[in-house]
Amino acid sequence: MSDAAKLKQYRNDAKLAKERPDNVKYLHNSGKGLSERVVKEISYMKNEPDWMLQIRLRAYQTFLKKPTPRWGGDLSGIDYNDLYYYMKPTDKVANDWKDVPKEIRNTYNKLGIPQAEQKYLTGVMAQYESEAVYHSLEEKMEKIGVIFTDMDTALKKYPDLVKKYFSTVVPAGDNKFSALNTAVWSGGSFVYIPEGVRVDFPLQAYFRINAEKAGQFERTLIIAEPGSFVHYVEGCTAPQYASASLHCAVVEILVKPSARVRYTTVQNWSKNVYNLVTKRTFVYEEGTMEWVDGNLGSKLTMKYPSVFLLGRKAKGDILSVAFAGKGQHQDAGGKAIHGAPETSSTIISKSVSRDGGRTTYRGMVKVPKGIHDVKSNVVCDALILDEHSRSDTYPIMDIRESRVNIGHEASVGKVGEEQLFYLMSRGLSESEAMSMIVSGFIEPIAKELPVEYAVELNRLIQLSMEGSVG
Amino acid sequence: MPLLQIKNLKVKVKVQEKEILKGVNLKIRPGEIHALMGPNGSGKSTLASVIAGHPQYSITSGSISFDGKRLKKMLPNKRAELGIFLSFQYPVEVAGLSIEHFLRTAYNTTHPQQQLSALDFNKRFKEKLKLLRMPPEFSERSLNEGFSGGEKKKSEILQMAILEPSLAILDETDSGLDIDALKIVAKGINRLANPHLGILIITHYIRILKYIKPDFVHIMIDGKIIKSGTKQLASTIEKKGYDWLIKKK
Repeated sequence: MSDAAKLKQYRNDAKLAKERPDNVKYLHNSGKGLSERVVKEISYMKNEPDWMLQIRLRAYQTFLKKPTPRWGGDLSGIDYNDLYYYMKPTDKVANDWKDVPKEIRNTYNKLGIPQAEQKYLTGVMAQYESEAVYHSLEEKMEKIGVIFTDMDTALKKYPDLVKKYFSTVVPAGDNKFSALNTAVWSGGSFVYIPEGVRVDFPLQAYFRINAEKAGQFERTLIIAEPGSFVHYVEGCTAPQYASASLHCAVVEILVKPSARVRYTTVQNWSKNVYNLVTKRTFVYEEGTMEWVDGNLGSKLTMKYPSVFLLGRKAKGDILSVAFAGKGQHQDAGGKAIHGAPETSSTIISKSVSRDGGRTTYRGMVKVPKGIHDVKSNVVCDALILDEHSRSDTYPIMDIRESRVNIGHEASVGKVGEEQLFYLMSRGLSESEAMSMIVSGFIEPIAKELPVEYAVELNRLIQLSMEGSVG
Repeated sequence: MPLLQIKNLKVKVKVQEKEILKGVNLKIRPGEIHALMGPNGSGKSTLASVIAGHPQYSITSGSISFDGKRLKKMLPNKRAELGIFLSFQYPVEVAGLSIEHFLRTAYNTTHPQQQLSALDFNKRFKEKLKLLRMPPEFSERSLNEGFSGGEKKKSEILQMAILEPSLAILDETDSGLDIDALKIVAKGINRLANPHLGILIITHYIRILKYIKPDFVHIMIDGKIIKSGTKQLASTIEKKGYDWLIKKK
């Protein structure tokens, strides 16, 4: 049965059951707005088991009750009734290359991205890599027992695994946006690494075929069994065009004893997007979690990847880099909650604001009484490129135990006339000098990125210093 | 034609009214080595910065020309492209910026006809390191970040060696160097000296002039060059200081 026919039938059934209050809007291909009915329809369209529907419905109620957070960026521009909550993949993409905004097309051309890839990035095409590449990876993964698929497929094929872990790391009630995501999620990745398996190539959401295009309400779940290793890479440095103005994702990761997970994100949403993401990891004994988080795009990003260090000697590193240009606010940072002795954490945040942009570092380190021999180091550096731009720092250190080793450094720098003059006196133009200073500033984080990302990041910085990226 | 010609140059700091250079005249021809001496605060470093195009200063009257081109409104990078090089008294640190990457970009910008690949540049870089007896690992460091005073000065001369300017202004390159480092740096500068290169050495001390022989010595006091001569003038200054010149004024 086609989706349209399915939906029609569902509505008829629902009508008969008198389930639909009259004041609720229909969900149809071009429908907007959120209600309990919309949540039910999403679950129905996906043929989900009842337990998932119940999770969604409870989360929806939580979403309604939770207040909009007022401590961070300005969220008043979000109109929940003006958004689409479920669209078939074909509805999400710009149907014609000509519909993609010119500034984004120009940037792609300047970056030298082939048109096939450009079309993938803007969603004109569902995929850009050849199937052959994907299939060889798929075979390789199958052989070692790795599961890497989209969440909707995972729910169908591995319902027990999903049921066991879904929403255990990030409960729906954590915040308003985790509740919203839990109620209406679609797409995202599911990754399962069996005990002792080390995946020696990065898993990239990029290569995942037949998956829905990076959606508004992605839900990602990664389970790394004891002694395993995986590097998961999400996003891309090239600007990603989104027709919808809200990206509200949840990422849950479990790092079992002695396992290690690295999760790299480079986000470059178009500048109309509210990017509100909850990312959290539970790390057990001697496990290691590494978040590498880059934020270039969006109108407002609020994202604080977290590590809950729950077993002795668990380790968590959070590296965060953010750029805010005209009309942008990057509110980012990280959280480390030490729940076991001898755990260690590092949070390194670098932010650059220019042309009226605003960056905020918001971080938390928590050590309850009795959790001894904890090490934590927080470094947050901000670079402000002109007098119109702004940066703020809100570090919270909640340390209730004395047998700990905690370090915290913060700096706010301006690119000085002397630095620019020095570099220019050697022949560099002002924009070249500026981009070298900025590249140098973020170098400690850029070197942790996959090399192609680091290269592209530097090219983007250069372009944006020339003022040629929209 | 002189390489650098400065006529009755008057300069003040922007946003302040205070005049620092009060009518400077100076002419440097290719191949000449000039030394500029004078007490603290006499305006020597200001003159160096103004020639290189520091945005902090404004020229209120007079002119600077280089190779016949007027510099007054030219950006610092355009002056570098013409071949002007300033060895800074206080080189600026740029964290995370690889010195080799930076210098290759600077070289390729100022030598558009002889651009070098990363590999060829690396060869050239290593040669110049050897000239200044600097370790090859130096290429992996960030620009001036965490350098000792001596390393910073050596790094300036290294940059000069790589960029091959036609006018080099060495602003107190000798200060902060111990005697061994000074000898190495002076030897490096002498190796770079050639009939096309004009050099202006700014210094408090005669020490460096024992290793690099100037053709002309100028004394600047209170924003003016009040006396010019040959290298004997430097010896006189060493013996008698500047007071006799100030009194005479």
